[in-house]
Amino acid sequence: MTDASTSVDVSGGAGVTPWRHRLRATGKFLGLTPFAIYVLLFLAIPTTLAVSTGFFTEDGALTFDNIVGLFAPNVLASFGASFFVSAVTAIVGAIIGALVCYALLGLRPDGAVRSFIDSVSSVLAQFGGVMLAFAFIALMGGQGLLTLFLKNNLGIDIYADGNWLYQVPGLLPVYLYFQVPLMVITFMPAMQGLKLTWAEANATLGGTRLTYWTRIAAPVLAPSFFGSLLLLFANAFSSYATAAALISQGAQIVPLQIRGALVSETVLGRENMAGALALGMIIVMVVVMWGYSVLQTRTSRWQR
Amino acid sequence: MFNKRTFAGLAVFTAAAITLSACAGTTDAPASDVDASVATSAADFGGLDALIAAAQAEGELNVIALPDNWANYGEIKALFEEKYGIVVNSADPDISSAEEIAAADNLKGQDTAPDVFDLGTAVTLDSLDYFAPYQVENWDEIPEGNKEATGLWVNDYTGSMSIGYDSNSVPEPTSLDDLLGDDYRGAVALNGDPTQAGAAFAAVGLATVQSGGTLDDFQDGIDFFEKLNDAGNFIPVNVTSATIAAGETKVAFDWSYNNLAAAATVDGWKVVTLPGTVYTSFYNQAISKDAPHPAAARLWQEFLYSAEAQNLFIVGGAYPVTIQTLQDAGTVDADALGALGELDGELVTPTADQAAAAAALLAEKWAAAIS
Repeated sequence: MTDASTSVDVSGGAGVTPWRHRLRATGKFLGLTPFAIYVLLFLAIPTTLAVSTGFFTEDGALTFDNIVGLFAPNVLASFGASFFVSAVTAIVGAIIGALVCYALLGLRPDGAVRSFIDSVSSVLAQFGGVMLAFAFIALMGGQGLLTLFLKNNLGIDIYADGNWLYQVPGLLPVYLYFQVPLMVITFMPAMQGLKLTWAEANATLGGTRLTYWTRIAAPVLAPSFFGSLLLLFANAFSSYATAAALISQGAQIVPLQIRGALVSETVLGRENMAGALALGMIIVMVVVMWGYSVLQTRTSRWQR
Repeated sequence: MFNKRTFAGLAVFTAAAITLSACAGTTDAPASDVDASVATSAADFGGLDALIAAAQAEGELNVIALPDNWANYGEIKALFEEKYGIVVNSADPDISSAEEIAAADNLKGQDTAPDVFDLGTAVTLDSLDYFAPYQVENWDEIPEGNKEATGLWVNDYTGSMSIGYDSNSVPEPTSLDDLLGDDYRGAVALNGDPTQAGAAFAAVGLATVQSGGTLDDFQDGIDFFEKLNDAGNFIPVNVTSATIAAGETKVAFDWSYNNLAAAATVDGWKVVTLPGTVYTSFYNQAISKDAPHPAAARLWQEFLYSAEAQNLFIVGGAYPVTIQTLQDAGTVDADALGALGELDGELVTPTADQAAAAAALLAEKWAAAIS
């Protein structure tokens, strides 16, 4: 957030009277108001309310039991699993997505293939939840098309060691299905920003393709690449509906732990534990975003 | 496919549409000056007919978590609508008991709040503040142990924990240990996670007593499912009518009424109750104290405990709480009961303390046992 005085400094110019500065500054804030109210009503207040329940018992007394509960072995394991799934799908998704973007650069920007992949990516990046889970169950569930085809025709039983689709490993292929297209649509603009003149300048100065990519393109793309990577991480970390439709036993990742705490009809009185779990998720996200900002201050040096 | 259920659904929808359009323009006039929300019996209204009139003046009933294929609730709801001309609004059929109470909290004061609950025992005993006491006309026909003295909650129906299986692809299991064999690779499923769903919790309870343990300690049941998982026979998918029809879950631990409902629609689906100790657990009926349609809620209660509706539970594969009276009076639907078979063997149900201890144990050990 910038305060009023800095915005005056930034926009300050000769021949403009001070009250005009102030008016312009107020105008900026007025423009921001709808968004600020939206964020406050639909993000800040609900988050604060939800997280604060973690510090109270059902009767409203202050307690730290729920916070201590975060360190129970099964809860820690679910945080580990969430982190694992998010990190693997973010890294693999980012690398594959970046390669796809690189391949797309070789195509005409207004060509049919390019616009087809652009629009398909936009759609598939939002394809999640029950529909996606069902698509995978139909394809590779115990009686799925692919499962039966492999078993009957090639003698390969992908579930010889037990069915892993409905466990944490099963989330990897399913999440990648929307992570790769998301990487394509978020990273493509940065790739398009690479100017032909930079490559020419590099060639004129005697650089090779390798020096172009390592000395010019990589530093320019790095902040955007890591930004997209973290977006992918956050996307997977907070994903709920797909996992809920796929995994029904053991609440193996954190969002499913939150569901369990809220809806269980057998283990009662853990509703407020959900608030503590949400706090845990927020802490992970804050650490990740902090890491991102550190990375960005380092990489932004290259951009000057 | 245009089956009976689709037709019933359409009929309900049409009836609702007609009634709603008929309602438009008229104003609600109370049929009597009785405050329905504090009435504890039909006598408080001045008899059953007055209760019916008061309920019809309200015109609607909000039920929650009552799937059409669960213990025959589809037909029961349809009959109630037909008999009294009251629209039944069925919300969120697939949610858990705990979510029913959460819905009562969240919707409090709105006309979409639930009027009546159908709850598992643990949630019932934990939520007494949400209920209004009410005693139905045939209160005496409900055995002493199956009701709260003032009528805050009343048992409605039970099933036995049974094993359903696809007889076209797996042999009939005759004991728990059979399920550990190679014939059942990737086939055995539960209806939910035992740390969340009552039916799955009961399956672990059944595995416990069938392994020679007692309900004081569910460890034997957890050990069984761990062995089942290690053998590669456990499939961590929620059983639904869809997974059964698709062949994804070839063996399912579930309440007998759910498995029987599946047997009625899926070719080759059979139900077996293991010999020896039988695990049963009643569901509980209660009226919300914040019911937006208090008279209709009470009429629903009267209706559910009438011989007509109690027999419909039998048709749906469940054992209603007044079954003894029905049998004694000869009003029982003999054909349906014959098809269902009587409950025999040693019946066990966990007490509140046993259930709480088991829940704590499951919360600690279940996730590790099946991963």
